[in-house]
Amino acid sequence: MGFTPVTDQDRQGMLDALGLEAVEQLFQDVPPQARFQGKLNLPEAMTEGEIWPHLLELSSRNANLDEYVCFRGAGAYDHLVPRAIGHILSRSEFLTAYTPYQAEISQGVLQAIYEYQSMICLLTGMDVANASMYDGPTALAEAAIMTCGATRRGKVLAPTTIHPVYRQVVATYLRSRDLELVEIPAPDGAMCLDILKEHLNEEVAGVLVQHPNFFGCLEPVDALADLVHGAGALLVACVDPISLGILKAPADYGADIVVGEGQALGNQISFGGPYLGFFAARENLVRRMPGRIAGATVDSKGRRGFVLTLQAREQHIRRERATSNICSNQALNALAATVYLALVGPAGLKEIASQCAWKARYAWEKITALEGFAPMFKGPFFKEFAVSCAGDAEEIDDHLLQKKIIGGLPLKKLYPELEAGMLFCVTEARTKEQIDALVSALGEV
Amino acid sequence: MAQVPLLFEMGSPGRVGYRVPECDVPKKPLEELFGEDALRKEPLPLPELGELEVVRHFVQLSRLNHGVDVGFYPLGSCTMKYNPKINEDAANLPGFARLHPYQREDTVQGALQLMYELGEYLAEIAGLPRVTLHPAAGAHGELTGLLLIRAYHESRGEGDTRREIIVPDSAHGTNPATAAMCGFIPVEVKSDERGGVDLAALKEVLGPQTAGLMLTNPNTLGLYDENILAITRLVHEAGGLVYYDGANMNANMGISRPGDMGFDVVHFNVHKTFSTPHGGGGPGAGPIAVAECLAPFLPVPTVEKDEAGKFYLNYDLPQSIGMVKGFYGNFAVLVRGYTYIRMMGPEGLRRASEDAVLNANYLFARLKDYFDVPYPRICKHEFVLSAKSYKEKYGVRTLDMAKRLLDYGYHAPTVYFPLIVEEALMIEPTETETKETLDEFVEAMIEICEEAKRDPETVKTAPHTTPVGRLDETRAARQLDLRWRKSS
Amino acid sequence: MYPAELKYTEEHEWVRVEGNIARVGITDFAQKELGDVVFVELPAVGDSIKATDSLGVVESVKAVSDIYSPISGQIVKVNEKLEDSPELINQDPYGEGWIAEIEVEDPKELEGLLSADGYRALVEG
Repeated sequence: MGFTPVTDQDRQGMLDALGLEAVEQLFQDVPPQARFQGKLNLPEAMTEGEIWPHLLELSSRNANLDEYVCFRGAGAYDHLVPRAIGHILSRSEFLTAYTPYQAEISQGVLQAIYEYQSMICLLTGMDVANASMYDGPTALAEAAIMTCGATRRGKVLAPTTIHPVYRQVVATYLRSRDLELVEIPAPDGAMCLDILKEHLNEEVAGVLVQHPNFFGCLEPVDALADLVHGAGALLVACVDPISLGILKAPADYGADIVVGEGQALGNQISFGGPYLGFFAARENLVRRMPGRIAGATVDSKGRRGFVLTLQAREQHIRRERATSNICSNQALNALAATVYLALVGPAGLKEIASQCAWKARYAWEKITALEGFAPMFKGPFFKEFAVSCAGDAEEIDDHLLQKKIIGGLPLKKLYPELEAGMLFCVTEARTKEQIDALVSALGEV
Repeated sequence: MAQVPLLFEMGSPGRVGYRVPECDVPKKPLEELFGEDALRKEPLPLPELGELEVVRHFVQLSRLNHGVDVGFYPLGSCTMKYNPKINEDAANLPGFARLHPYQREDTVQGALQLMYELGEYLAEIAGLPRVTLHPAAGAHGELTGLLLIRAYHESRGEGDTRREIIVPDSAHGTNPATAAMCGFIPVEVKSDERGGVDLAALKEVLGPQTAGLMLTNPNTLGLYDENILAITRLVHEAGGLVYYDGANMNANMGISRPGDMGFDVVHFNVHKTFSTPHGGGGPGAGPIAVAECLAPFLPVPTVEKDEAGKFYLNYDLPQSIGMVKGFYGNFAVLVRGYTYIRMMGPEGLRRASEDAVLNANYLFARLKDYFDVPYPRICKHEFVLSAKSYKEKYGVRTLDMAKRLLDYGYHAPTVYFPLIVEEALMIEPTETETKETLDEFVEAMIEICEEAKRDPETVKTAPHTTPVGRLDETRAARQLDLRWRKSS
Repeated sequence: MYPAELKYTEEHEWVRVEGNIARVGITDFAQKELGDVVFVELPAVGDSIKATDSLGVVESVKAVSDIYSPISGQIVKVNEKLEDSPELINQDPYGEGWIAEIEVEDPKELEGLLSADGYRALVEG
């Protein structure tokens, strides 16, 4: 049955060796009241031939992005995914390996992690990176906690231009440690430095900034670090890794910790997961970092090799005093990101980022020229932009869907005060033709 | 085997591994769009490689690695069972892999149905009514579960007093780490001589300050705690709740449900119990099932079904602990787990647990004469041996034997865990291994025991046939080299 | 190796008193149990500390151990060499591998510590 190769004859052989008569006897230490009687109420078993049509049927009841044109982002992005990535990820030796605790037979995974860490450092300009966190929001949350540990302070500031879900996850994580998230208003689609100054004081451990922010806008990052550091706090930048193909590295504007959602780097969009959170920091913070870290060393013959290192930070050694409880991470997603960056290279990432900017700009110009659509904010934006719609955002969404377009995200649910807003995302995967079709469909409402 | 160069040591300027289509919209100068100060001044220092170079690099790396598909992986507490190939195909169907998480609910009914039904299956397997699929891994499930417990006590006005989480001395490190992360004080309770929770010690630490207890059952020694009903009852009587660490659920499917044992929260490791691949450390999925009293606090959104049979995401949980991650969980992992459960069915799951336990007991019986056996009783899906005698007599430690196993083509068992067993070796064969594999493994283990006596040096300097020899972890930690640098 | 002139704690720290300054480290037994020390978290000079408070942390590859202060007082000096050369603790636990110097607040506390013989008995059972 299924994937268990133990035949009745094998069972008998093993029972004989154990001097037992029935498998039942192996469970005699389970008290009768804790013993489940009968059969689990689950659907009956299916063979491969039977389940496949069922899976096809279930999946066909979803509007997938191969058939619908996606202009939606807000934390999950439809970028081009090089085909080679899937093939490398399906290599059994990567796919079916456990965490590389036995370094001598895990050099493949370990070297790949080391390369991943290096890539993240090169991209962000930071000194050190870990092997991945669950996703962007949890990486930001862990960074927020880390600022509190490093400064021995208990408050973290976050402007409302950070993705609302990121802020919610940060709030959950901070609350769990009896720390506090203070949300500071950002009325014009970007952080306001004067408002920030009002909130900065000796209780503030860290300031979080998303750049480009939830609305796709750039934040005044150049002015931030001095302010934040001047107050004795740390600056955490949450960035779109694709944007780093053209935008300045966060180390260059003084970030102490850099995190972000790595899905855009060659990972499938997969209805929200699994993704990966990347996490990088300045060298002096390395022992406070959560998660696994690979390092280079030598073997007994002096040859280069890789191991998991700084493990004394982690839960399996430090237990209740660990920097985090994280154990399983998103290794395979980090591998995808590494393969992606290796394939696209520096020129490719720059081109992809530039095309995002150009195509988003093109779409913005066309859409905001339409009657009933106005830009919501003024500043420069990367691959996302918010517009306010004269019509009802949900109805517009409806109309686009009929044209097989997944349009901008109606903002009402995430920002009730921006009820008329829609957030569009345009990546390099969109063509002029698709953008024109979107614009023409919007013109019809 | 030759060493594989780093990506950064390869390539040539101008080489490209992936081309994007020509830009078909007007290209504006980036300085004009963003201002010069916002832009990167120097080109990114990434390597420039062709597609074949990249593919060959990673295929070469993969060949330095062990995996379940390569050979036996008896890693205790990790349930390295076979990862069915159809799971991968299922997760990669465009109708699952190519979905945006913020698509409208009416365009993702199939995905929501899958999540809803998976939730129902997990509830049934746990013996608890409600489920959230959000947590990304076991430890993340623990975090979510303990936050629920905390929210429960807070809702009853006891948040300030119930601050302690009891954790057995045999627990996974994630348990105390999670407790601390949730603002609780972890309190250790010792094990009795049969390897279970010491009831007298438990009674001593229970009180009005108790928020709950975290436990795996079978525990990390692979032993079913015979006092489980008394344990959960005692915690409940003290006003606490009981958390089930599902790492060892592979022994229990259809046999003994955590809900029936008296647990209030259970996390599943979908990447252990439900056959999804570990991917070299992740991604996993750590959904949790909870008792009704914890349902109001679940993270948002939950997946629900309305009267018309339509599935929807419910954000309306005013007492929710909030969100613990972006979106709804590691969906593609959940698709794999769903596929597995549907293919196994109720009898298949039960059979899997039975065979996992039978395989473990058989292996245990065949090995026990060669090692110290701290707990000589029937085990469940895994068991713990000790190499203490070899250390004392021949200076061969557990670590040495583990490394020597690599030379025989096996992954090593979990070593030095649980902490309460000296020179521990923790072995979990899983149900997907054949008796022949187990027999071959036994022969390798016996041979290593002989080597330890006859030629301890060979064992102490193992491994000898792996791509690299024993690695200098001390150097790695003292002279940190965590990334490539241009100068290095 | 239990130098007679030192005082010891049950947690495997040693103390060398000169005047009102107590130099503190971990014992040879402790460093052997830990294995190769890879990192030492030192206290800050100027910190006041109570006896049995954590004075710092010693990390090896696979273990972490608190260093508990044998006495109360103010930290007047720390062994900064350990930041770059944690191996000094393994190589010379009673000499170059010292951890911190504390200005003794209450000399009576020293009387409660173990002698070399007392500590030997503890370790060797």
